[in-house]
Amino acid sequence: MKTGRKKGDIWLVTAVLAVALCLFLLLWLLPGDGAAVEVTVDGAVYATLPLDTPTTLDIPGKNGCVGTLVIADGRATVTHATCPDRLCVRMGPVSRAGQSIVCLPGRIVVTVVGGTPAVDGEV
Amino acid sequence: MKRKTALYGLLVALAFIFSYIEVLVPIPVGIPGIKLGLANGVTLTALYLLRPADALAVSVLRILLAGLTFGSPMTMLYSLCGGLLSFAVMWLCRRSDRFSVVGVSIAGGVSHNIGQLALAAVVLATPAVAWYAPVLLVTGTVTGALIGLVCRLLLPRLEKLR
Repeated sequence: MKTGRKKGDIWLVTAVLAVALCLFLLLWLLPGDGAAVEVTVDGAVYATLPLDTPTTLDIPGKNGCVGTLVIADGRATVTHATCPDRLCVRMGPVSRAGQSIVCLPGRIVVTVVGGTPAVDGEV
Repeated sequence: MKRKTALYGLLVALAFIFSYIEVLVPIPVGIPGIKLGLANGVTLTALYLLRPADALAVSVLRILLAGLTFGSPMTMLYSLCGGLLSFAVMWLCRRSDRFSVVGVSIAGGVSHNIGQLALAAVVLATPAVAWYAPVLLVTGTVTGALIGLVCRLLLPRLEKLR
């Protein structure tokens, strides 16, 4: 049986592998945008918020320190804090997986976590 | 007609068993969603032996049967998404007459993975699954090539079935 020409095969494999390599470089080597922020107070998870939903949350931390977390445009920022140094406000917005905002007096940590790249089994 | 019915039944049964074998014996590579695509090999064979519409019927019947017996509605949906895209791409590649059966098989394996990944992105409502795409493109190429090589050996021997 004639099973077709082979010339196209080489091009096909080359093209697919080239796309895979480009995607790999783009996605794996650059830190990707996170999917959510995890807020912990004194080590305990206080809230997990998706980055794609604009919201505002007051986080009651330790030592009477309250931080205000604002999520907008896929980024999380601590806009106000009642702590004395307000370092967390100066840390600015975070959006990439692994980035975090830390408020030491209030023991508040806001960490950007990636989405879980889970693919269901196939049949 | 009887001969045709028997052949189609045989192909569906074979693809069905292949699906089951792959569920029973997953490839131990530590990455979910990777499989050899034995059942896709039957679809590929059917595409060369039968009319396109009949080959599509074999593929869809296999997916429905496998989903109903040892799958779930969700795995059936994933399987349909990958299977239909893969069939469309393999059919177009075969028709274009620019690829050998190995090339057609690679195109099928890769597009099968893309279809499933696309559905995963929709279901999980996150583009984060794109991180997985490079892995699946490469594995789809490798498994597609393996299945294609088997079909290249097999097809000349099966030609008299037509």
